[in-house]
Amino acid sequence: MIKVRINGQERNWDGDPDLPLLWFIRDEIGLTGTKFGCGQALCGACTVIVNKQAVRACITSVSDVVDREVTTIEGLHPTGDHAVQKAWRQGNVPQCGYCQTGQIMQAAALLMENPKPTHDQIREAMSGNICRCGCYQRIENAVHLASTGV
Amino acid sequence: MNIVTNPNKLRGIESRIKVENVSRRSILKGLGIAGGLVLAAPMMSRQAFAAYKTGAGEMPHGTVVNPRVFVAIASDGTVTIVAHRSEMGTGVRTSLPLIVAEEMEADWSRVKVAQAHGDEVKFGNQDTDGSRSTRHHLIPMRQIGASARTMLEGAAAKRWGVPATEVKAVNHEVVHSASGRRLGFGDLAADAAKESVPSVEGLKLKDPKDFRYLGKGQVGIVDLRDITVGTAHYGSDTRLPGMKYAVIARPPVTGGKLVSFDGAAAMKVSGVEKVMEVQGWPWPSKFQPLGGVAVIARNTGAAIKGRDALKIVWDDGANAKYESSAYRTELEEAARKPGLVVRKEGDVDAALKTADKVIVGEYYLPHLAHVPMEPPVAVANVKDGKAEIWGPVQSPGGTREDVAKTLGIPEENVTVNVTLLGGGFGRKSKCDFALEAALLSKAIGSPVKVQWTREDDIRNGFLHTVSAERIEAGLDKSGKVIAWRHRSVAPTIASTFAANALHAAPFELGMGLVDMPFEIANIQCENPEAAAHTRIGWFRSVSNIPRAFAVQSMVGELAHATNRDQKDMLLELIGSPRIVKLDSVKDLWNYGEPYDSYPIDTARLRRVVEVVADKGGWGRTVPKGHGLGIAVHRSFVSYIATIVEVSVGEKGKLTVHQVDTAIDCGVFVNPERIESQIEGAAIMGLSLAKYGEITFKGGKVQQGNYDDFPVIRMDEAPLVTNVHIVPADADTPPSGAGEPGVPPFAPALINAIFAATGKRIRALPIGKQLET
Repeated sequence: MIKVRINGQERNWDGDPDLPLLWFIRDEIGLTGTKFGCGQALCGACTVIVNKQAVRACITSVSDVVDREVTTIEGLHPTGDHAVQKAWRQGNVPQCGYCQTGQIMQAAALLMENPKPTHDQIREAMSGNICRCGCYQRIENAVHLASTGV
Repeated sequence: MNIVTNPNKLRGIESRIKVENVSRRSILKGLGIAGGLVLAAPMMSRQAFAAYKTGAGEMPHGTVVNPRVFVAIASDGTVTIVAHRSEMGTGVRTSLPLIVAEEMEADWSRVKVAQAHGDEVKFGNQDTDGSRSTRHHLIPMRQIGASARTMLEGAAAKRWGVPATEVKAVNHEVVHSASGRRLGFGDLAADAAKESVPSVEGLKLKDPKDFRYLGKGQVGIVDLRDITVGTAHYGSDTRLPGMKYAVIARPPVTGGKLVSFDGAAAMKVSGVEKVMEVQGWPWPSKFQPLGGVAVIARNTGAAIKGRDALKIVWDDGANAKYESSAYRTELEEAARKPGLVVRKEGDVDAALKTADKVIVGEYYLPHLAHVPMEPPVAVANVKDGKAEIWGPVQSPGGTREDVAKTLGIPEENVTVNVTLLGGGFGRKSKCDFALEAALLSKAIGSPVKVQWTREDDIRNGFLHTVSAERIEAGLDKSGKVIAWRHRSVAPTIASTFAANALHAAPFELGMGLVDMPFEIANIQCENPEAAAHTRIGWFRSVSNIPRAFAVQSMVGELAHATNRDQKDMLLELIGSPRIVKLDSVKDLWNYGEPYDSYPIDTARLRRVVEVVADKGGWGRTVPKGHGLGIAVHRSFVSYIATIVEVSVGEKGKLTVHQVDTAIDCGVFVNPERIESQIEGAAIMGLSLAKYGEITFKGGKVQQGNYDDFPVIRMDEAPLVTNVHIVPADADTPPSGAGEPGVPPFAPALINAIFAATGKRIRALPIGKQLET
């Protein structure tokens, strides 16, 4: 039996310890804000935060996060009003929106580590997250806005 | 109006009418393929009251303008408006209801949007493709809103015992200004529902000067908050009690078949519950599943792991000979020989012979995959002869038809719930993934989700075609272009519908080949044969991508050959402001629109060039090593011009410093979403120009994920993208915004690279061509 804390709640898993965290979160727990995009840590749609680090849930096993605190988009802020989430809304960032929860988690992790990133730092830190709709200009501006206060 | 108070009732669950012989999508008409009788279903009106005509009535099931179908008002004043088109990021789920709200004087903050089920008899055509939603539905949505407003006003006038002409709906209330009385929409809902629906012909639409929302761009998309907090519901987010999770191993070669499989090892994987064959259809079979072996499990991760353990023997079939490098040669050779003439003005052969100089450009563009961030996925629950589907489908009505046919049950027994689409780009116009889920659910007797992995998406999709484009331009002594021959060779989308389709369909010819707008005395367009060896499908902008690339690259080549400015060359080729006559083109396809309403107007084409040149600073001095490029293209009946500033650094490192795009899409609803579409089009254009290439070896796709089929990431995105929307008056028919931004980007980029480096790229992707 594996015990994992997700958004402050303890969750048990007695299945395959190698099950990717993404599918545990989505299919077994039912938190669907974390998205599947590539399964190979290439696109960032499944980004969650583990111990203040952005992590790709699609290549992280459930057993990798034993005794660690996992935060998904649902747990980022109690009312959904994290500075990054607010900036995203203010900047009308999304088109289809599918990658945006991963983008937001990546941005939130960036700002934990570096509260005032430069534009170059934003572009570098966010370049692991693909947006096929091509919202990059707005994402970059929203991260900047979140870092300077919304 | 309490037309209904329960918004769920709006969504098409009740009162389904059985329609016999309604079949397939309008594509079949264009292809001239027998067997698809497209029946015009009952509808309120096709075109009535439009200031201009559109092709909306020609789509399967046309349009419906009954407010009782689209609008509900609750007694608390909440207005629910139905969105009957699919949301894949264009903003249509916001913009169409916004039109209704505008016209009925609803306060947008008190409007809720309900997504329609797939039911075209009830809602009219729901195919969300072809950049059609606004241009086909602006007037119908206004009529729906005006009807609702008229009914509210009628109810208030009766309540007060005054003539209806004395009352007016204003911002969620009806006002009788003579007496100062006013009643909220909620107070009037029950009475308004009793009013008869006014005739469309008698409706009075708002004066555009009174618009509060239309054309303003201050309204965020309705799903904005849900997207940012993770509650937005996409195809993969449906969860049903007892639902199983499945992935499918499909034939790696198009037309291949399952010979045998061994699922023993897969069954040993923790969480795997069942391994079984899935029915496939022979190629080509429109959107029917490819078949293969399904692994069904308690979660998706287990299903994927189980699939990895399958042992399968395939019969690859005839397409195993498909090799991209050899096929490229085949296409390029075909483009050097005469082909089917599809447009002819003057005498190109004679003019080329007498020309002082002939410039030849041979261009090649490979297959592309859509790779929407959300791979195809669907949930199905089939039981007791009924099917319910949840999925990210661009064609809810078509999906319903196809599920019914595939399962052999009547259409009224199929419910298609349309989720948000995590990107579409044409991929999700093909409902094979929903059909797979339906077949599997029926077979196992429980709800099931079929999830495509990224590898499935890239290897078993409906790819953008591969093409060779060859243009010969003849110049006279003065440098004027007197002859233009364009040969376009590419496997056709029609090959996905019918075997032995070797020539482009009219809708493909009309995308940048026969509609070429230049004023040249001798023009000939030809379409040599090309056989398909994989499934070809619509990809955002479709054939416009290779044609705009070839035509606009050639403009750059001609400018260089004659030592002229690219923009001046472009304007000279476009020629005088006029309506282009295309009398020599048989079956001219004008994006399904009547030519009278949507002609090729070179004044508008010239204007976007001039606007982008002005706003984008054409001719400005750029730093050493930088270059500017320009391109213009009309597609989806919109006019778009793009300027790109690029630099090429060490080892060919490409930096896009600035992109400026001018778009004239007629009268528009939500300029903020047009901007986002055009910003995104630059990214997609850059992705396909820099990296986009799917190749085949032994009939199999060689790529599988974002590592070997890369798309642009933020660190290589343009540093600045500016969008300039050309204002249009309310009488200019609306045109497309979702797709037309893509085609001009790549040639503008390539022209800019030439300006920066003197290197002319004629084959995409750029890949490593700039490294040497």
